[in-house]
Amino acid sequence: MTNELDFEGWTCPAPLRSYPNVILGHGGGGKLSAELVEHLFVPAFRNDKLEALGDAAVFSLNGSRLAMSTDSFVVRPLFFPGGNIGDLAVNGTVNDISMSGARPLYLSAGFIIEEGLPMQTLAQIVDSMAAAAAKAGVTLITGDTKVVDKGHGDGVYINTSGIGLIPDGLEIGPDRARPGDVVILNGTIGDHGMAIMSVREGLAFESPIVSDTAALNGLIATMIQACPQIHVLRDPTRGGVASSLNEIAHSSGVGIILDEKKIPVHQSVHSACELLGMDPIYVANEGKLLAIVPAEQAETVTAVMRGHELGQDTAVIGQVVAEYPGLLVAKTGIGGTRVIPMQIGEQLPRIC
Amino acid sequence: MKYLDEFRDPDLAQKLLRQIAQLATRKWVMMEVCGGQTHSIIRNGIDQLLPDAVEMIHGPGCPVCVTPLGIIDKALAIASRPNVIFCSFGDMLRVPGSEKDLFRIKSEGGDVRIVYSPLDAVKIARENPDREVVFFGIGFETTAPANAMAVFQARQQGLSNFSMLVSHVLVPPAIEAILQSPTNRVRAFLAAGHVCSVMGYWQYLPIAEQYQTPIVVTGFEPLDVLEGIRRAVQQLEDGRAEVENAYPRAVTEAGNVAAQKMLADVFEVSDRQWRGIGLIPQSGWELSAAYRDFDAAVRFDVGHIETRESPLCRSGEVLQGMIKPNECAAFGKECTPRNPLGATMVSSEGACAAYYQYGRFVALESVMVV
Amino acid sequence: MCLGIPGKVVEIYEAYGTRMGKVDFSGIQKEVCLAYLPEIQVGDYTIIHVGFAITRLDETSALETLALFNQMGLLEEELLADKEGVT
Repeated sequence: MTNELDFEGWTCPAPLRSYPNVILGHGGGGKLSAELVEHLFVPAFRNDKLEALGDAAVFSLNGSRLAMSTDSFVVRPLFFPGGNIGDLAVNGTVNDISMSGARPLYLSAGFIIEEGLPMQTLAQIVDSMAAAAAKAGVTLITGDTKVVDKGHGDGVYINTSGIGLIPDGLEIGPDRARPGDVVILNGTIGDHGMAIMSVREGLAFESPIVSDTAALNGLIATMIQACPQIHVLRDPTRGGVASSLNEIAHSSGVGIILDEKKIPVHQSVHSACELLGMDPIYVANEGKLLAIVPAEQAETVTAVMRGHELGQDTAVIGQVVAEYPGLLVAKTGIGGTRVIPMQIGEQLPRIC
Repeated sequence: MKYLDEFRDPDLAQKLLRQIAQLATRKWVMMEVCGGQTHSIIRNGIDQLLPDAVEMIHGPGCPVCVTPLGIIDKALAIASRPNVIFCSFGDMLRVPGSEKDLFRIKSEGGDVRIVYSPLDAVKIARENPDREVVFFGIGFETTAPANAMAVFQARQQGLSNFSMLVSHVLVPPAIEAILQSPTNRVRAFLAAGHVCSVMGYWQYLPIAEQYQTPIVVTGFEPLDVLEGIRRAVQQLEDGRAEVENAYPRAVTEAGNVAAQKMLADVFEVSDRQWRGIGLIPQSGWELSAAYRDFDAAVRFDVGHIETRESPLCRSGEVLQGMIKPNECAAFGKECTPRNPLGATMVSSEGACAAYYQYGRFVALESVMVV
Repeated sequence: MCLGIPGKVVEIYEAYGTRMGKVDFSGIQKEVCLAYLPEIQVGDYTIIHVGFAITRLDETSALETLALFNQMGLLEEELLADKEGVT
């Protein structure tokens, strides 16, 4: 009876893609998230500013070009190596605004607090937010507080929104990558995601890994000053560098080729990823940016980036090509090639 | 010696590739049985670098993907129970049952937790004496000692709230089944290094002999995989059919005797369904009589479950614009421009990333543009 | 099948009657079960799969394998050199 078995036609079962309920993967920054946006949110609110699907929406008001963005923070645990939910919430929205080239100005904060949260914990988080806002040079001008029943939240969730002013003459957006451009990254990848992983129940390990959470507006200001012709800026948060570059390749209708050897990864992050069977290119960052600039500007941009405290490990990691439109391809360590697709949901630790 | 970067050297990889190209005087088809090796081949782009004379067929060596539908459905039913904490390796959560997956069960209120090690599940059982803690014990021979230890410890510690849903599969019977298949094209095997770390490679000696097929015990780093391929090609060219150990730093002929002893105590051999393939006699392990009390399949009566494999072709979703053609699992595999399964040629999305056919994917992308 | 990662044993102890230990993976450390390697010592390298040490890595064999690769390259270079000498 084994004679009837066909091993060549064997294939992995395809994972489910349409769910009648929301699952965690819908918030994972992969294809499920993208589909939720594409099939539910965009059709419901359809307008050109939303449909640009940038990290921040860009619009004009009384002759000024503004960028607006919002982000919610549900990180667990609330305190993790290198930061906490408070500074993360400020830096995250500051960064989203900055990726349009805007100078972030004002933030709002909404707190959804689970009853029972120690007042001291809340105070600590709020202090961190204040410090992060001061450091980034933004002002928190409005907020809201709600308290939910015990058991209906993980201590506290924070939403931040913000607006910024876009200097004249900038045209930065995810659809502006052009063949011949180069892809620049301001430092090591995977630090935030693996710092969180290191303290997660069931997966925990001892490590020196700390989150890279940081506000990038200062770095971006120096980059823009040196090179106003930057085509794309993106902060590779959920889904990591892979998701951001896939989205850019898709929006711009270009291919992107990475040189894996050039992508900086801390040894400990690399080891943690090996151990859990994860690929750092899909792991979240909170203080990193991808810049896509014309090749002739690469040297200027990397020079100013390396001179900034958040850009010391800046590297040119790849280039934009006309071939393979919509695809992200990498040259591997031994000189082969692989396609790096979007993940479906969150990257999972694997045993195989 | 860190045992990693040394075996990823690009210059040595090129040398091995040139050797393979020089050795192969005709076309040879070989199979890496292990999903971990498939992963390494794809991840490093080895498939793109090999000469045309070597064709690699990716074997059914991914434990999450071959876990039979019936057991997945049982897992989903158990995980749905209100008093159960269901623990699993991460990559199992996305593997679909007949209708749902563990992510969906979690979204419906099931307490589904990802653990790194089966002992983490034992710890959860210790910390939650009022809850039933079930571990989804899947895997090949490499994972079996870990699962066995979890059951052993649960018994030692008197954790009556711990149980395991076991679906273990074994490599040698699968290799034999492949070799017995009338359509088989595989002329040599790369045996899975880590399976052999546990079991040794003595079991493969009679198989190589009987079927006159070279079997090379192979590691996972790029140089290891290339060396396994090189040795297999060498044997084929020489007309030899031997078991060779190309991973001697981690594998001995006898394997890990202490682990084998535990396995013999905790498990016994059984027939096993392989998802997508069929029944392979004596190709699995289930809990032995002494540990039957810890068998979740016995402890939880989930009644009769009607299993139904979801159809491979997803052209319907393509037509609705829900997915792109290259997002279906059959794309470039069962479904090619020459032999399309559906109205829209459809995939490359297996539940485990190892099975992306990246090379073919890129090649076909241009064909696909309508 | 089976993701296994090399690491170095840095500590050995008992927990719940089982031989356990800490293994260092170039910068991160994780508790693992060493029950199946009763002879492994602190400082040895091992392969870890789902939190279990499954085999002791043998440095001599590893060095031999690498030497073989290098030698292969030398042979090839000699052949190339010979060829170039002819032409």
